[in-house]
Amino acid sequence: MSDKKNTVFLILQDNDDARPIIESVEQDNPEATIQYQPGMVRMEAAGRLVVNRETVEENLGREWDVQELHLNLISLAGNVDEDDEKFELAWN
Amino acid sequence: MPAKKLNLRKRYGLLTRGMGWETTHQKMDDVFPYDSFEGIKITDWDKWEDPFRLTMDAYWKFQAEKEKKLYAVIDSFAQNNGQTNLADASYLSAIKLFITGVTPIEYAAHRGFAHLGRHFRGDGARIACQMQAIDELRHQQTQVHTISHYNKHFNGLHDPFHQFDRVWYLSVPKSFSEDALSSGPFEFITSISFAFEYVLTNLLFVPFMSGAAYNGDMATVTFGFSAQSDESRHMTLGLEIIKFMLEQHEDNLPIVQRWMDKHFWRAYRLLALVAAMQDYMLTNSPMSWKEAWDVYFVENGGALFEDLSRYGLKMPKYHELATAEADHISHQIWSVFCSLGNATGFHTFLPTEEKMAWLSEKYPDTFDQYYRPRFEYWHQQQKDGTFEFQKGLPQLCQVCQIPMVFTEVQTDPMQISYRVTEHGGDKYHFCSDGCKDIFEHEPEKYVQAWLPVHQIYQGNCGGPTLPEVLEWYKFTPEDIGNYIGSQDHARWQEWTGEDKEVKQA
Repeated sequence: MSDKKNTVFLILQDNDDARPIIESVEQDNPEATIQYQPGMVRMEAAGRLVVNRETVEENLGREWDVQELHLNLISLAGNVDEDDEKFELAWN
Repeated sequence: MPAKKLNLRKRYGLLTRGMGWETTHQKMDDVFPYDSFEGIKITDWDKWEDPFRLTMDAYWKFQAEKEKKLYAVIDSFAQNNGQTNLADASYLSAIKLFITGVTPIEYAAHRGFAHLGRHFRGDGARIACQMQAIDELRHQQTQVHTISHYNKHFNGLHDPFHQFDRVWYLSVPKSFSEDALSSGPFEFITSISFAFEYVLTNLLFVPFMSGAAYNGDMATVTFGFSAQSDESRHMTLGLEIIKFMLEQHEDNLPIVQRWMDKHFWRAYRLLALVAAMQDYMLTNSPMSWKEAWDVYFVENGGALFEDLSRYGLKMPKYHELATAEADHISHQIWSVFCSLGNATGFHTFLPTEEKMAWLSEKYPDTFDQYYRPRFEYWHQQQKDGTFEFQKGLPQLCQVCQIPMVFTEVQTDPMQISYRVTEHGGDKYHFCSDGCKDIFEHEPEKYVQAWLPVHQIYQGNCGGPTLPEVLEWYKFTPEDIGNYIGSQDHARWQEWTGEDKEVKQA
């Protein structure tokens, strides 16, 4: 049984739209672990995980609205804080 | 020069606030008659905020895009005979249970949120509930559209909504959703958005849908994950509403805790069906029920309740028992279905050697000791031609309505867990302390339960014999019984060749 206490996670569909977002998560959250499961990608970290608009835009090569994340989102855990610059998950 | 676009916070503020007003011709309590009788005290509705800050314009834009993606896949699946790429046609039993047991709950959730979208006093909360009402209707519709393709080729998918209202095992999800729908608005949202969607829905939509992908069901994984993208928003709403209630007034805590305890247990019992889907009905399972429980409840739920402990909210009552039961319930529920497969709208099948080896590996403490002998015994009976389905009807729990098959896993896993209480001179029976507690808190509600077995014996279900009851369910003889020898099986063999190894015994 797991003894992890404060894991937050973000699960996206395993598709082309999600790839630059996954890369951004890896760049901006060095502690995060990325697990590939059938049809999906699960990114998890202790306490906090962030998706930054700027990093995604660099990876994607175009403007990116943080709310586009909705299109490929499967699930998440943590308190959500979203604005124009970032999408953040955290346990207090 | 065009005006600079407003930022997300400002847009959200402008598009979700000031949409309501203090009424003067009618009293506010008459306009919103349902949001105070439960005892939840709200002092400032404006403190309620959707963390996604989703506004109607963005909602339409993103939902339209999701729909386009999904329907492109559905078209392509149909045009390319996607059904022939399944791991095995027996897998469709899970989809038959899904469309009859889960899709109608989506519709029930739509009705509930439409009601809340009218009846919450705060305009921000009303807007979030309106969006969710549309989401839930979308889920029901996209599931029917997607699965209708299978209905062209396989049995048992023809009338899910009729069956939801009548069939013995479908009264489990029906009673769960009607319990929530017949509560007040705050209890409804605690039940559906928090207990079900936040704490437990990942167990249904994440590993099971990943399992659909793993078994070649491109259609189901696509609608599943498309629905899940909305579900993430619903979960966030569920957490927000819990925090909102707890922050608004300290008197709300005991009420919320009791709802949490009740609806966790109700939703968890319902998911016993999903446990069987995950471990037995998926031809190949990417993750066992127990593994999923550990990740999505023990770990994720643990972090969630740790976070909520600052408000004084505790882990739901009997969560330790639920974790102990994770080693047992999928085997117990699949055994019930296999022994009553003459009355299920999907085909039943015994686990193959390969599947049993997987189950032994995933359940080292329980499968070989308690459940393998039962399946091997039935295998032998099938070989000898002596296997028979149960003739009698099972006793049902008065609250969750599941047959009394759960056992005392913490003390004696071979002993049926059986609880009883008296009310108004009658005895009522339960599968667990969790269900008994729920009854004892609101006996007047649960004495009215429509228990399918009682209804059959009272003559309210088409007639006294099994064929009459099945006809009343609109189950045809082709829908029921063993997978091997069924029309579905024969059709699958036509497509894949007689010599192909049978994946299910």
